[in-house]
Amino acid sequence: MSLVRPAPRGRPDHQTRPPRNPLLLPLALILGGMLMGFLPGSVTSASGQVETEAGGQVETETGGQVETEAGRRAEGAAGDAVPQTAPPPPEIEARDTPSDRGENITVTWTPPPEDTGVGGPVFGYRIERGLSPEGPFEHIGQASPGATRYDDTNVADGLPYYYRVITLTASAEGTSGIGGPAIAAPQWINTNQWNVFIVLALLLGFNLYFIEHIKAGGKPFIRKIAGLEAINEAVGRATEMGRPILFVPGIQDMNDIQTVAGVTILSYIARTVAEYDSRLVVPTSRALVMTTARETVKEAFLAAGRPESYDESSIYYITDEQFGYVAGVNGYMVREKPATCFYMGAFFAESLILAETGNSIGAIQVAGTAMPAQLPFFVAACDYTLIGEELFAASAYLSGEPKQLGSIKGQDVGKFIGMLSVAVGVLVLSIAMITGWDPLVRVAEWIRIFWSTELA
Amino acid sequence: MKRTIPLLITGVVGTVLVVAYFIPHPPFDSLREDFSIFFDIIASVAFILGGGNLIRMHGSRISRKESNWPYSVVTVLGFLLTLFVGLTKLGNPNGFLGSSVTTSGSYFYAAYEYIFRPAAATMFALLAFYVASASFRAFRAKNAEATILLLVAFIVLIGRTFVGELLTSWLPDSLHFLTIPYLVEKIMVVLNFAGNRAIMIGIALGIVSTSLKVIIGIDRSYLGSG
Repeated sequence: MSLVRPAPRGRPDHQTRPPRNPLLLPLALILGGMLMGFLPGSVTSASGQVETEAGGQVETETGGQVETEAGRRAEGAAGDAVPQTAPPPPEIEARDTPSDRGENITVTWTPPPEDTGVGGPVFGYRIERGLSPEGPFEHIGQASPGATRYDDTNVADGLPYYYRVITLTASAEGTSGIGGPAIAAPQWINTNQWNVFIVLALLLGFNLYFIEHIKAGGKPFIRKIAGLEAINEAVGRATEMGRPILFVPGIQDMNDIQTVAGVTILSYIARTVAEYDSRLVVPTSRALVMTTARETVKEAFLAAGRPESYDESSIYYITDEQFGYVAGVNGYMVREKPATCFYMGAFFAESLILAETGNSIGAIQVAGTAMPAQLPFFVAACDYTLIGEELFAASAYLSGEPKQLGSIKGQDVGKFIGMLSVAVGVLVLSIAMITGWDPLVRVAEWIRIFWSTELA
Repeated sequence: MKRTIPLLITGVVGTVLVVAYFIPHPPFDSLREDFSIFFDIIASVAFILGGGNLIRMHGSRISRKESNWPYSVVTVLGFLLTLFVGLTKLGNPNGFLGSSVTTSGSYFYAAYEYIFRPAAATMFALLAFYVASASFRAFRAKNAEATILLLVAFIVLIGRTFVGELLTSWLPDSLHFLTIPYLVEKIMVVLNFAGNRAIMIGIALGIVSTSLKVIIGIDRSYLGSG
């Protein structure tokens, strides 16, 4: 089954694009199957995205080959003479899809009153496109009953396109007026993301404000994070016992922000290790993480005034494979019995295997991850756990620099706004449900949409 | 200079990618994908770095006859053999150019399917035992909070089995809210989900804040400097 649609007139084949999201295909097939159960005949699916009034978005593929009366008629209507007695959509509009990369035109129409949805007299709509208002028009897609929109993603930028929508009933058709001209063009600003922009701007603003505030002498209150307070104790214990310290930076690469956060903590731990003249071992599952960790630890030893103690071979690569890596690290733990184990970064199923092995050898363990599913395992098996945001705050917390502490306060304000939104949303919606006052429902809905990706 | 250039690259690339998120117009629309490909290229080169490090480290252990050096022999042999059968496509039913290295029947496929996969599955299987031992420690009723945790965990564990359904199936409809499946659903969907979301919000804000610190250049600890 091909997902590539035929190119429009005046546009070469190589410019055709597959539908936006291939994952929608199974959904379309399921919905198609359901539709077959409801309709008396069968439907020929055509390409395009269809949005119903109920808000459902269905993407079907060319050659879906699920046939109904409406579908057959949609395909063959150009040649067959069908009575034009069905009610046409009274209004049609074609316009360039806003906030996109171009090559996309949105056709919207008002359904006739006879369209009562699936099972009603209207079987669906056939969408046709032409390069002039006089035609000729070609069939480009089909929409379900109740649909009001069709996204034509198979157009070239800069060309004027005209559209018409044809209502399909059991025995007749009704052709709408001409919508257009619509000219597709890419936009410079994605206005669908304005909520993300506002949140980002606020967070950036708060971060910068608090950084300046603390630099100017402001004294922020930062609560104690037990896991980070324990680092000195953990390194000291290893030094006293004469055993190494193990640092595991997770199993993701340097493009994961958790790995970056882990490496920043490694920097502080390495400096402490250098000061205590202890031994640090960092096995990695990614070669790039190994390179970065080596550089970080080397600089930390240099900053601590002990460059001669830096041992490059103690930071090494094992394998990219998840369980191969676990086997390597576990083997090291069982053989060398490190006194302290740090797990900072992104972890998956290996989290508990590592932490339980560390527990079995009696190591003091500090873990930190932003993988919610792994947090319970670390909490159960480790002495201290940095939960989610604490991992990201660790670098600032450990450095104690005003610039960095300001970012923690900025983060806190963001959290406060989030909490306030949740509280206000719950309160407003509860009152709206009790009183039935519609404006309050709209306010609650607006708050929900603001914090969702629904706009996009 | 050693720090300035990386900081500059991080700042410029980070800012451009953040801005590109709000610009659908070419060439900004494909920047994220492009940079992702750049990273993949760098990461694939890093495989050579990783492989080289592996050989050097274990070679050194073998030559110095360090403790546990026979393990290093197994590692190096395993690495070289896999590399050899992969590069030469040994045993590939369609010849060297006929098909992919992972084609069924090739030696590389056999090594993966009959050696690596069972070994990985064995490691994964350990998880079952570790879950039991960790749960045993975590669910000790040492104080009020731990007792609540134990109780909730017990309900959820029981509720996930057929026993949970059976134990309270005799309750009348008016007491449906006391059935174990109902309690499990409420614990997971309401309590657990709410707590999970709170953690997720914190993580999202933490990611934004850390990214901003790295892009602005406030946090330089990944470069080894405070």
